[in-house]
Amino acid sequence: MRGGQGAVEARVLQFTNCRILRGGKLLREDLWVRGGRILDPEKLFFEERRVADERRDCGGRILAPGFIDVQINGGFGVDFSQATEDVGSGVALVARRILSHGVTSFCPTLVTSPPEVYHKVVPQIPVKSGGPHGAGVLGLHLEGPFISREKRGAHPEAHLRSFEANAFQDLLATYGPLDNVRIVTLAPELGHSHEVIRELTTRGICVSLGHSVADLRAAEDAVWSGATFITHLFNAMLPFHHRDPGIVGLLTSDRLPAGRCIFYGMIADGTHTNPAALRIAHRAHPQGLVLVTDAIPALGLGNGRHTLGQQEVEVDGLTAYVAGCSVESALEAASLHPAQLLGLEKSKGTLDFGADADFVVLDDSLHVQATYISGELVWQAEAARQ
Amino acid sequence: MRLVILDNYDLASEWAAKYICNRIIQFKPGQDRYFTLGLPTGSTPLGCYKKLIEYHKNGHLSFKYVKTFNMDEYVGLPRNHPESYHSYMWNNFFKHIDIDPNNAHILDGNAADLQAECDAFEKKIKEAGGIDLFVGGIGPDGHIAFNEPGSSLVSRTRLKTLAMDTILANAKYFDGDLSKVPTMALTVGVGTVMDARELPAAFFPLNSTPFITLMVMILITGAHKAFALYKAIEEGVNHMWTVSAFQQHPRTIFVCDEDATLELRVKTVKYFKGLMHVHNKLVDPLFSMKDGN
Repeated sequence: MRGGQGAVEARVLQFTNCRILRGGKLLREDLWVRGGRILDPEKLFFEERRVADERRDCGGRILAPGFIDVQINGGFGVDFSQATEDVGSGVALVARRILSHGVTSFCPTLVTSPPEVYHKVVPQIPVKSGGPHGAGVLGLHLEGPFISREKRGAHPEAHLRSFEANAFQDLLATYGPLDNVRIVTLAPELGHSHEVIRELTTRGICVSLGHSVADLRAAEDAVWSGATFITHLFNAMLPFHHRDPGIVGLLTSDRLPAGRCIFYGMIADGTHTNPAALRIAHRAHPQGLVLVTDAIPALGLGNGRHTLGQQEVEVDGLTAYVAGCSVESALEAASLHPAQLLGLEKSKGTLDFGADADFVVLDDSLHVQATYISGELVWQAEAARQ
Repeated sequence: MRLVILDNYDLASEWAAKYICNRIIQFKPGQDRYFTLGLPTGSTPLGCYKKLIEYHKNGHLSFKYVKTFNMDEYVGLPRNHPESYHSYMWNNFFKHIDIDPNNAHILDGNAADLQAECDAFEKKIKEAGGIDLFVGGIGPDGHIAFNEPGSSLVSRTRLKTLAMDTILANAKYFDGDLSKVPTMALTVGVGTVMDARELPAAFFPLNSTPFITLMVMILITGAHKAFALYKAIEEGVNHMWTVSAFQQHPRTIFVCDEDATLELRVKTVKYFKGLMHVHNKLVDPLFSMKDGN
């Protein structure tokens, strides 16, 4: 239970001897938690005249906001796009297993599927708070079927769709009710896409551009209509070309609405994108980088870690450390930026006062030692257990 | 007065911290017997606070039975503003030690009735039995707390309008923008800090004391404070240089670095430097609460 009347009487936890990520920097500060939220200790001292009820020594480790994965298709044998009888258990299993990778919130992703699948699956995956049972579900990410045939990647061609005259009704007919939906990836070059983008945006659903052959102009127009995300930058879109950068050009476009930040997902496993390309994107627009796994059901079967021969990128589960960018930058790309993309940055992806106390304890190599949701320990590495 | 001169800022800060540490431990504070400390803000005492925190973190010094009274606070600045004295004390001292929040007293510059707030503060000091050790600094204009030139030497805690010198000196904390600097503050009076009446026979009274300040320690470092130090100790008691009032307090220590002595007579400096072996007995040996104190 977060906040509410119980909060004032709830125990005050003080995490000491740690470095916390705050304001883009790793600071030597204590982290205070009460009632599932990050607490302002100065306010506690001067207004309530209270001290901590319990102190926990973090052994000098890093405390970062819990990671948020906005593109994950399943894992540990579970495929979110399968219309099984008990979709809920599959989601719950993944939610629980990703805690050990430091993920505290995620968007289960469905790839291009026939309408029957959406109608069956979507209602079974409601938004849900995280806890000891697993990471929180922030809403679904529907990737397709309104995407480009040419850039469908691994999506099944038979189920691709385009918008007819009554575009938004088409979308509703395909997906069913959108209550549990958080992100929709579509190709903006499809006819009638703009009214769809506008309608989805009005409903608070994040529109992402992906699996598309749109040129830069079409992509910019889509952003004007409300699109705010790019699905796995570089993959399933036209390659960057110096006379028409395509969707990739959004990172440095000067023709976007003022003050709007365009976010872009990167699968930083060193395979989907060459690390050099990843670094070009990061240097061009560091504020927009969102690390995603785009994990498939095979994730976690065998060895959960992805280590690569290339020196530049090291991956640990769902965290990628990009050499040449700071630790703080990498951590923000996995937590703050996805939260900002979803408009949740007041409560998620941050250790600011009042935010939900979802955080991870990391060693200096960014290996997850412990995961907390709402200030409660929900996972701990073997070595760390007493 | 004792004039304790150390070579540099760090040594002066350390000497002052050791002095505070020893006085607290020697007092043997406990459940029915709190040590009361008056505290300053500003850049001068930062080094001293750091050392005190170090002694605490190493287990030598606990503030569990210490009560603190800060000298002043700006009026109208939100309590959580980064430049408020509440923020200063939290970030530079309180959050690192084990003081009971109920015993850390700072004037509330946002109180509905400012004079009532000041009167209540005086009352709290009285109820605490007076201040055992008041630590203070000195402004470039010779002020103690916000008792600007012209303040009565028998003044009590009250609202003061800040002098232009002070506002200019503070501007650096407010992005150099004069319009952002608070113009008023609540401050203990010169009389509040001085408050020495009849001295008790025992140096450390065990039961309720008359309302007196037992010891005053003024920290002064840096060449920019040298003229104020000269005015404070080599000229007469004068309400234009309010720190000079402490010439009339029975137990005042001025702790300074070489630079702060630049405007003093060579004779004064030589005399007090010659007494360092006596002064150092106050800080050496450095006591520790680990020694079963």
